Amino acid sequence: MIGSTRKAFEDFTPGDSVVFHRTRVSKEDIVDFAADWDPQPMHLDEEAGKASILGGLTGSGWHMICLLMRGMCDGFLIDSTSAGSPGVDDVRWLRPLRPGDDLSIRYTVLDARVSNSRPGIGIVRFRFEMTNQNDETIMVVENPIMFGRRQHAEAAS
Amino acid sequence: MYFEDAQIGFKADIGSHTFTADEIIAFASRWDPQPFHIDADAARESLFGGLCASGWHTACTWMRLNVDDLNQRTKDAAAAGGPTPKFGPSPGIFDLKWPRPVYVGDTITYSWEIVDRRESASRPEWGIVTYLAEGHNQNDDRVLSFHGRFFMGRRPIA
Repeated sequence: MIGSTRKAFEDFTPGDSVVFHRTRVSKEDIVDFAADWDPQPMHLDEEAGKASILGGLTGSGWHMICLLMRGMCDGFLIDSTSAGSPGVDDVRWLRPLRPGDDLSIRYTVLDARVSNSRPGIGIVRFRFEMTNQNDETIMVVENPIMFGRRQHAEAAS
Repeated sequence: MYFEDAQIGFKADIGSHTFTADEIIAFASRWDPQPFHIDADAARESLFGGLCASGWHTACTWMRLNVDDLNQRTKDAAAAGGPTPKFGPSPGIFDLKWPRPVYVGDTITYSWEIVDRRESASRPEWGIVTYLAEGHNQNDDRVLSFHGRFFMGRRPIA
């Protein structure tokens, strides 16, 4: 009865605040990501990074987003009734991602409501914060995620 | 090219990409391993009805084509002897939507357009450009849209 233990809509209550994932990012991780998706000099090369406004090699903002997405999957999404996300309200890149960063990722539940058009689905709106080892928040993301409701999932299984 | 040359309404068509099953699965296995992005059978059973790309795969492909396009524009500007554009860090993106999934075999055509611009109050050597990024599939259905901002160097005061 996997359906009864997976996280469902009912498991997210406004005000919940949980660190759900931690990860370390190496220089190789930063360069590999940038080579595939964001090949700008300051993400690929130490010297170019030093010459940039940020004063050193930095990770792509898109890398931060992908680290968040993977962290969400490992932290709570895969083992849930998730039905995807219609979009993202806001992504703020506040500080650079740097080689060797130890990142913690937290969610705070902003609100949770049942879908009007699809009563088997609930929509949970999250704020995600990515924080480095110096307790500096480097990225804040706000977005809704759709989850199946537990009683419906159990009825279906 | 300086901030002064970046005018509202400027639109850049930055290219197209066709999404293969192998690419969709490779991206999602690394960054977004939800069943409907990595497993064709699970995807058929899901709300999506078939294997579809992670929304971030759709968006990262925009970024890659955008960077390739900007690199080419910079090269062209240098070759023409003009000033090369200078960009500062992006403060973020907002109002991102995935109105439709990107399925195996879909060809997405990407663009961005300047929708707002202002001078930086605190840093007079920079301007802030707001753009709208979009991706449309082969049926001209929109599959991606978001707004973003970047800093762009202003024309030096002589």
